[in-house]
Amino acid sequence: MQAISVICMNLKSVPGRLAATLVAVIGIAGVVMVLVATLAMSQGFKAALNVAGAADVAVIVRGGSSGELASTLLSAEAKVIEDAPGIARDASGPLVSPEAYVLVDLPMRGSGTAANVPFRGVGPRAMALRSHFKLVSGRLFRPGLDEVIVGRGAASQFRGIQVGQPVRFGAKQWDVVGVFEDQGSVTESEVWTDVHVLQASYRRGSSLQSVRAQLLAPQATERLMQALMTDPRVNVTVATEKAFYSEQSRALVTLVTTLGSAIAFIMGIGAVFGAVNTMYAAVAARTREIATLRALGFGGGAVLASVLVEAALIGIAGGVLGGLLAYVGFDGYRASTLNFQTFSQLTFAFRVTPAVLGTGIVYAVALGLVGGLWPGYRAAHMSVTAGLRSL
Amino acid sequence: MTPALVEVRGLRKEYRRGTEVVPVLDGLDLDIASGDYLALMGPSGSGKSTLLNLLGGLDQPTAGSIRVAGVAIEGLSSNELASWRARHVGFIFQMYNLLPVLTARQNVELPLLLTRASQAERQRRAEAALSLVGLADRANHKPGELSGGQEQRVGIARAIVTDPDLLLCDEPTGDLDRKSGDQILDLFDALNREAGKTIIMVTHDPRAAARARRILYLDKGALVREER
Ligand SMILES: Nc1ncnc2c1ncn2[C@@H]1O[C@H](COP(=O)(O)OP(=O)(O)O)[C@@H](O)[C@H]1O
Ligand SMILES: [Mg+2]
Repeated sequence: MQAISVICMNLKSVPGRLAATLVAVIGIAGVVMVLVATLAMSQGFKAALNVAGAADVAVIVRGGSSGELASTLLSAEAKVIEDAPGIARDASGPLVSPEAYVLVDLPMRGSGTAANVPFRGVGPRAMALRSHFKLVSGRLFRPGLDEVIVGRGAASQFRGIQVGQPVRFGAKQWDVVGVFEDQGSVTESEVWTDVHVLQASYRRGSSLQSVRAQLLAPQATERLMQALMTDPRVNVTVATEKAFYSEQSRALVTLVTTLGSAIAFIMGIGAVFGAVNTMYAAVAARTREIATLRALGFGGGAVLASVLVEAALIGIAGGVLGGLLAYVGFDGYRASTLNFQTFSQLTFAFRVTPAVLGTGIVYAVALGLVGGLWPGYRAAHMSVTAGLRSL
Repeated sequence: MTPALVEVRGLRKEYRRGTEVVPVLDGLDLDIASGDYLALMGPSGSGKSTLLNLLGGLDQPTAGSIRVAGVAIEGLSSNELASWRARHVGFIFQMYNLLPVLTARQNVELPLLLTRASQAERQRRAEAALSLVGLADRANHKPGELSGGQEQRVGIARAIVTDPDLLLCDEPTGDLDRKSGDQILDLFDALNREAGKTIIMVTHDPRAAARARRILYLDKGALVREER
């Protein structure tokens, strides 16, 4: 009862010291914006790497290689894989895509510096293996021709790959004929063509980097793995696409999340000092008022509560403002970064999810409360007589 | 003789400034009867406010005892003192100390928030206290919309709304013109003579002191003279 009335009285007096309050709100908002943007970025990574990562599609690479770049499969091996158990089939045969993979250089849109872009040669069933694959403009490449389609992410991040324009990769000129999307997945960072065309253009003979296979069910992974690992004719590693991608990006996601959290933590220390300052000023402005309440018989606890509630509200305001700014400024923003595990450029969209916003606001409230703790404690324990003497 | 409401024995108070110890009150004895009206006079810095604050339980003495209505308040913890103040003492300050964001009625209601009184009861009692000081028509005004004299009358209403035994006033007319000051002093007269309130008033103004039943002179922390 008394705490509630002291809290209300205090809040009524906030408009009288709005400027200082706003400074603290903006300080916390800045920190939360950085935190939310960072989290949104790692959410974007995870989404890019996980959305495509189907649990019922297997990626098969050379035994012991962690990525496609370092893998080589012979066409004889690909044949064995096609006949392995656990793989889905339809009227036109097994649902597998033999894939070749190289890196090509393209200038980034912003800086113009060259970056590695995955250039993938795919089999005719490749689109069926990516259940979210959709052509957004143009058409598919025609098998046997020097035509490519580009992922939406690659199209937005790199120069020189517009539909209808020729582009130079390696020794050859290619026609860009379409743009595809794949629910924001890592596939959208790639450029695709016919696997045989790519093999020929890069003098790869009939060798492949990977084979993708649609499984009968996620549980079939185990069976496929058993069959291929024990088959003396092949030397391969089998993983679900989901596991494959998350393994490929683990270091990057960890780095971004750790770095982002560290930055938000360091900035948070600054914001706490800002909040401490504001709450000290708030308490100083109310010294005589607090002393008067104490003289009338109000307890120190009620005074502490009033300071903490104000601090928490400053935190909430800062959190909401920062979250909003991050949402407006970053949600959906497309960017790309080098995945140093695959040596290729990964494009992704920042995702300000409700969970990310919630984390930002919780952090903001914590910053406000930590900032209010000491000034509030001091206010609750100050000498009443000294407070009454102050003006 | 009426029994003493306030009994002070061997009261000492020192303040500490860093390592330096500043003695303010030096072994003071004092009895104040219930229903008395006492003026405390003396030069600036003689310890008048310090004594008043000790009597009201706003501060702890360095040594000595203070009994108010039989309770030895020097032994109470700061939380116990706070609730003791809420029940037994009404403070009236030189600068009124009203909360600027609250209306006159809300200011007067404040001490009642510490009691069990219902909201309707609080409102009724606050309005009664405001009409007693002649400000029933200003209940919804904020302090900034009132004159100094009116603010002080709201301060008095706040002090008496819980019906305390003891009213403690620190230079209540010190910031007022003579006419407003006289109105305040008239109110104290009425509170003392008609409602039987015990009043202790620190003042610099001999005309104000003359309205009291007793005048005590304090100098350098000691009682030097008494007039009746
Ligand atoms: N909280 C305090 N800390 C240190 N010194 C104080 C404090 N309160 C009062 N004093 C000192 O005690 C002396 C008496 O003060 P006070 O009781 O306010 O005098 P008066 O009300 O008679 O003018 C003064 O010298 C004053 O500076
Ligand atoms: Mg004084």
